[in-house]
Amino acid sequence: MLQTKKISSVELTQTFLARIAQHNPSINAYIALDEAKSLAQAKAADALIAAGKASPLTGIPIAQKDIFCAKDWPTTCGSKMLANFVAPYDAHVITQFDAVGAVNLGKTNMDEFAMGSSNETSYFGGVKNPWDVERVPGGSSGGSAAAVAARLCAAATGTDTGGSIRQPASLCGFSGLKPTYGVVSRYGMIAFASSLDQAGPMAKSAEDCALMMNVMAGFDERDSTSLNREKEDYTRDLAKPLQGLRVGLPKEFFAEGLDASVGKVIDEAIAAYKKLGAEIVEISLPNTGLSIPVYYVLAPAEASSNLSRYDGVRYGHRTAEYTDLMDMYCKSRAEGFGAEVKRRILIGTYVLSAGYYDAYYLKAQQIRRLIAQDFVEAFKHCDVIMGPAAPSTAFKAGEKVDDPVAMYLQDIYTISTNLAGLPGMSVPAGFSNGLPVGLQIIGNYFDEARMLNVAHQYQQVTDWHLKMPQGIE
Amino acid sequence: MEWEVVIGLETHTQLKTNTKIFSGASTAFGAEPNTQACEVSIALPGVLPVLNREAVNCAIKFGLAVNAEIAPRSVFARKNYFYPDLPKGYQISQYELPVVGKGAVTIQVPAVGKNPAYEKVVNITRAHLEEDAGKSVHGAVEGMSGIDLNRAGTPLLEIVTEPDMRSAAEAVAYAKKLHELVQWIGICDGNMQEGSFRCDVNVSVRKKGSDKLGTRREIKNLNSFKFMQQAIEYETRWQIETLEDGGTIQQATVLFNPDTGETRSMRSKEEANDYRYFPDPDLLPLEVTEADKARVKAQMPELPEAMKARFEADFGLTSYDAATLTASRELTDYFVQTVSAGAEAKPAANWVMGAVSAKLNAEEKSLADSPVNPNQLASLLKRIADNTISNNAAKQVFEALWNGEKDVDAIIAAKGLKQESDSGAIEAIIDEVLKANPAMVEEFKAGKEKAFNALVGQAMKASKGKANPAQVNEILKKKLS
Repeated sequence: MLQTKKISSVELTQTFLARIAQHNPSINAYIALDEAKSLAQAKAADALIAAGKASPLTGIPIAQKDIFCAKDWPTTCGSKMLANFVAPYDAHVITQFDAVGAVNLGKTNMDEFAMGSSNETSYFGGVKNPWDVERVPGGSSGGSAAAVAARLCAAATGTDTGGSIRQPASLCGFSGLKPTYGVVSRYGMIAFASSLDQAGPMAKSAEDCALMMNVMAGFDERDSTSLNREKEDYTRDLAKPLQGLRVGLPKEFFAEGLDASVGKVIDEAIAAYKKLGAEIVEISLPNTGLSIPVYYVLAPAEASSNLSRYDGVRYGHRTAEYTDLMDMYCKSRAEGFGAEVKRRILIGTYVLSAGYYDAYYLKAQQIRRLIAQDFVEAFKHCDVIMGPAAPSTAFKAGEKVDDPVAMYLQDIYTISTNLAGLPGMSVPAGFSNGLPVGLQIIGNYFDEARMLNVAHQYQQVTDWHLKMPQGIE
Repeated sequence: MEWEVVIGLETHTQLKTNTKIFSGASTAFGAEPNTQACEVSIALPGVLPVLNREAVNCAIKFGLAVNAEIAPRSVFARKNYFYPDLPKGYQISQYELPVVGKGAVTIQVPAVGKNPAYEKVVNITRAHLEEDAGKSVHGAVEGMSGIDLNRAGTPLLEIVTEPDMRSAAEAVAYAKKLHELVQWIGICDGNMQEGSFRCDVNVSVRKKGSDKLGTRREIKNLNSFKFMQQAIEYETRWQIETLEDGGTIQQATVLFNPDTGETRSMRSKEEANDYRYFPDPDLLPLEVTEADKARVKAQMPELPEAMKARFEADFGLTSYDAATLTASRELTDYFVQTVSAGAEAKPAANWVMGAVSAKLNAEEKSLADSPVNPNQLASLLKRIADNTISNNAAKQVFEALWNGEKDVDAIIAAKGLKQESDSGAIEAIIDEVLKANPAMVEEFKAGKEKAFNALVGQAMKASKGKANPAQVNEILKKKLS
C-alpha cells in the first residue's frame, strides 16, 4: 500500500500513533513513545519511496522491544535499574530496520530483563492481553505481543530465551518466530542468557514474519556467535505446496499438563495439515521433561553474570545514600532489581559457586546436549515438528505470580528448542473459550524459510491469524 | 634447621596490540581518562566482546618461544567479581583450557660471592589470555574516587611457572629472562613503570629435603626487579621466623611496601572471592590451527637460544659468554653489528661484555644511549688486530670515543698511540736498555725470570709505550739467549 502510494508512511505512522494514544493506556504495551522521532523517520521513508528506493519494510511502523538499544531512546529492559538509561548506540537489529527505512514506533513493555512469562515482572506495570484485559499477554515480549494483537503497530520485534516470542504469540493470537541461534545478531540486545537469547519477528502473518526476517537476519562481526552465512530471502519458499511434508508430533508434547481444549485446537490444526498433503509421524523427544530444570540452571547462571554490570557505578540506578562501596552495590542492586530478577541472580550465583558447579552447571550442560541430540534423532524422521506453543491459553493476571514453578511451566514446549538452538514459531490455530491458541512449528537448523512456508500455507486455508480482539477495531 | 624457599611466578605481560583484546578501542598509554573507553570498554548494556586475533598471535609467539604446547582449542571463561574498575562485573580470562600449555625457559643465575653462575630450567605451567581492568583514580575529584577505563580490556598474557625457583636470585633471573624474551619476540614493550610487565610471586618455605610444599603467600604486583628481590628476601625471612617461633603460615595475598621493605597481608584465603568461573557464552572456543602456528612462526625473529648455540658454534664463544650476549635483544644486536662491521668475534664479545657494559652500568645508560656505536667499536678492534695499537692504547681510544670523539684513526693519530712495529727501531731501543741495565741482565742470566719482565717494562717505557709488546718480547728473548 505504501509503495503504490495509497497511503504515506507519515499517514500510516500517524494512524498507529492515534491508535496507541487511544488504546495504550488500557493495554500498557509501550514504555516509550517519541512521536517526533517516529514521524521524522516516516517522512524520510516517504522520500525514499518517492525516489523509488523502497524495500518492503520502508515506511512500515515497527514496535521495538525495549531490550534493544536504540540511540537516543530510553532503553529500560523493563527494569527500574535502567529506568533512566538512554542508549548512546544502536543495536544491530535497530540498525537493520533503520537501513531499510522502517519507522521505530516506540519501545515496548516487557518482563524485567526478559525474565517472566506474563509480563508481570516489568517495572513499568503489567501488559493487558487485548483479547481479555483481565488476562496476561504472556512474556517476556508481552508489550510487543499486545501491540501486534491490538494493531498498535504493523509488526514488532521480540526476543526469545525460553519462549518469549512464541508463548506470547500463542496467548495473543499472532505469528512469531524465534530463529536458529546465531541468525540474528545479539549486538545491542540486552543480554539475559547469552547462549539462549535470540531476536525474532512478531507479526500478524507468516509472510510478514518472512519480510521481517529479511531485515533482521544476517552476519554481524560485532557478535562472535553471529553466523557468517549467505543472505537468505525468507519469502522464497512461501508458495511451495506442502504435499509430502513429514510432520513429527512428539508424544511428550501431548502428555499430561496440556490443557485439553488447547490440545483439541492443535489436533484440528494437524488435521488441516493432513488436508494440505502432510504426512504425520509420531516421534519422541525423551528428554523434554528435563528441559525446564536444565534451563533454570543455565539461564540464571548466565544471567547472574550478565547482570553484574548493573552495579550503580557507571550508569543505571544508584542508591541515594550509602556508607561505602559494598553498601552502594548492595542497595543499588536491591532497589534496582525486581523480585524475579533477584531470584534468578541468586539461583545463578548458587549453581556457579565452588562445590556446586559440577553438580548443577556442568550436569545441565551435559543434559543440554542430550536434548539437542533428541532433535537430531527426531529430524531423521520428519521435516518439521508440531505441537502446542503453550500448555494453556492466557491466564489471569496475578494467577501465577506467587508460584514461580507454575509460571516456569508455561515454557515447557518452547524451552527445549532454545537449549538446542533450533528455530521455532507459533502461529494462530484457533480459540479456546474465546482466547487464542498457538500452534508451534519447530524446524531443523536454518530451516526458517521452510517453517515460514509451512505456516504460510496453513494461513492460506485458515483465517485465525486475521481475527482481531473486540473493542479495538 | 635448614630451610628451603620455593617460588613460583605469575606474570602479567601487556601485549603490544594496537587495539583492545575484545574491542576496537586503542590501547595507547597515557591518554586523558576514559578517552579510550568505547561502549565495550564501559560495558554498556547489550555490548559483546569480539576477540582480537593479534592478541592470539602474541600468545602463539610466546608459546613457540618457550617450546610449549599450543592448544588447538582453548576456552574463554568469565571470572566474576565486583569492583569499580571492572565494568562488566567479570573479567574475561581463560581458566580450564588456556591457549599455551607446558613449556620451559632456561635462565642464567649470576654468580653471587663465592657461588658461581649457573644455568637452570624453569618450567612454564601455562600462559593464558585475558583482559586487564581499568584503574581507580583517587583524589582527582575532591572527596570522590574516579574510574579510568582506558586500560580496561587491554590484552594480557598471564604466564605461570611451576614452583621451580629456590632463591630470590633465581626468581629475579627468571623474571629478567622473561622480561627480555617477551620484548625479544615483540609481544610486550616491557615498560615496568607503566605496568606492562607485572609479577605476582608465590613464596613458601619448607625444611630442606622435604618434598611437600609449604603454605604459600602471594606477593602481588611487583613492578621492579629490585623490589622483587627485596620482597622475596623479606617474605622468606618472615616465613622462616614465623615457623621457627612455632607459628603457622596462613595462605594469603600480600603487598610489598617499598618504603618499609616489608610485606603485609591484604586478604586471607577465607576472604578470597569465589570467582564462579564458567565458559563465556559470548565467545566461541579459540581455535589455533597448525597453519596459524606456521604463519606466526614465519614472522618470529631467531630466538635467543638458537642464537646462543650459533654463537658457540660459529664464534667459539663459551656457553656463559654466548648466554650473556643473548640475554637481551639490544645486547645481541650490538654484538652482531660489531662483528658484521669487521671485528673478530671473541674480542668483540670481550669488549661488549667488558668495557662497554661496564661504562653503561657506571653511567646507568642503556645500549641505545651508548656514545660508542658498533661501527666505532669494530674500527677500534680492527686497529688492535692489525697491531696498530696495543690493548692499553685501545683503552685510551675507547675513552675518547666515549667522550664524544668520532674517528678511531684520528684519535690514534692525535694522541700518538700508534705502536712501534719496526723491528730495527725496537732493536735499537732494546740495545739501549740492555746497555743501561747490566745488573738486570746479570740477574736474568742467573735464572731470575722476573728480571726479564723488568727489562720488557724498561723497553716499553723507553718507547713511550708505543713498541709492540709481542715484538719486544721476541727480540729481547733472542738477544738474551
